[in-house]
Amino acid sequence: MHDVAIIGAGPAGITAAVYAARKKLRCVVFAKMIGGQAAWSGEVGNYTGYQYISGQDLAKKFEEHMKSFEVELEDNAEVSAVQKKEGIFVLKTGKDEFQAKSVIIATGRKPKLLKIPGEKEFRNRGVTYCATCDGPLFSGRDVAVIGAGNSALDSAIQMSSIASKVYLINRSGLFIGEGIRLEKLKAMKNVEILLNAKTEEIIGSKFVESIRLFYEGEEKVIAVGGVFIEIGSTPNLVLVKYDKDQLEVNEHNEIVVDSYCRTNIPGLFAAGDVTDVPYKQIVVAAGQGAIASLSAFDYITKLRP
Amino acid sequence: MKIKVYSTPACPWCGVLKDFLKEKKVDFEEIDVSKDQEKAKEMVEKSGQMGVPQIEINGKIIVGFDKEGIEKELENA
Repeated sequence: MHDVAIIGAGPAGITAAVYAARKKLRCVVFAKMIGGQAAWSGEVGNYTGYQYISGQDLAKKFEEHMKSFEVELEDNAEVSAVQKKEGIFVLKTGKDEFQAKSVIIATGRKPKLLKIPGEKEFRNRGVTYCATCDGPLFSGRDVAVIGAGNSALDSAIQMSSIASKVYLINRSGLFIGEGIRLEKLKAMKNVEILLNAKTEEIIGSKFVESIRLFYEGEEKVIAVGGVFIEIGSTPNLVLVKYDKDQLEVNEHNEIVVDSYCRTNIPGLFAAGDVTDVPYKQIVVAAGQGAIASLSAFDYITKLRP
Repeated sequence: MKIKVYSTPACPWCGVLKDFLKEKKVDFEEIDVSKDQEKAKEMVEKSGQMGVPQIEINGKIIVGFDKEGIEKELENA
């Protein structure tokens, strides 16, 4: 029996594991991808202690820190369901079953889909959600980056040095990413910014050849070989069963937690980007991981006779 | 058994795939498609897919990190 089972190994899950290990709790971490979304970030400039570090390097640091303790790691394991029965949590992965006194869900988020014709058909055939990964395959081509936040701006910055031309396409008239990134982009000669442009279709035969959008009152077709979709993310929820009670989520499908990272189910905690915490930041996720772990410790302590 | 891994340096799943193979003590040839445009072309032509990682096991290509798919191919090889 584990004291705490942590689902997810991003900044929240790993920090929770470090805190649990230092409290000498028996802890298991289920990792689909160590580092989580942080590993996908190109450049991280706002994690305290590092003026600049790449997302991958930061993820490696997190991993090293966790592995310096005796933490049981279930690598490449995805938890399909969590059930609370008679005060004990049972977690199911593909093959195995685990038991724990408390659970921390720190599963993060996954990319949101644009949901337009052509997106599914051309996935991996010109449509991608990871400029860091697939960007180099588009060397010398014209590409479109769709989105308004930091990930969209980062992707456009990355692609400007690889692609021959980058169209940065934003449905609203406003970028929500950092001004410092936007300034960089505006100064780039091969980046064209299209505001208030609604992408309606991705067109091609074997691979992507163009996109159709509604821009300045008319339909427009732009020839591109790649489409980078960076329009935000949606939480990775885990199926939870507990009598008749459902795990409480908000209108964005985020797990509702209080300031102790407690969910509505006793003994079940959540941390990081999967929760309704207002700002999805690496440092915030790590902080919540610490809170969730300390709360789990308090919960277990009270269980003891 | 001949195994090739097509990857890019900053791709998290490429790292996961390579670590997985190393852990299984499987030898593989690593191809960085960000540095070698010819090999990048070869990869896209072979698989019809523009995404990394891709692994080729005895001529069969698997796109992405499909742990079970790769394990199965390794057993058959």
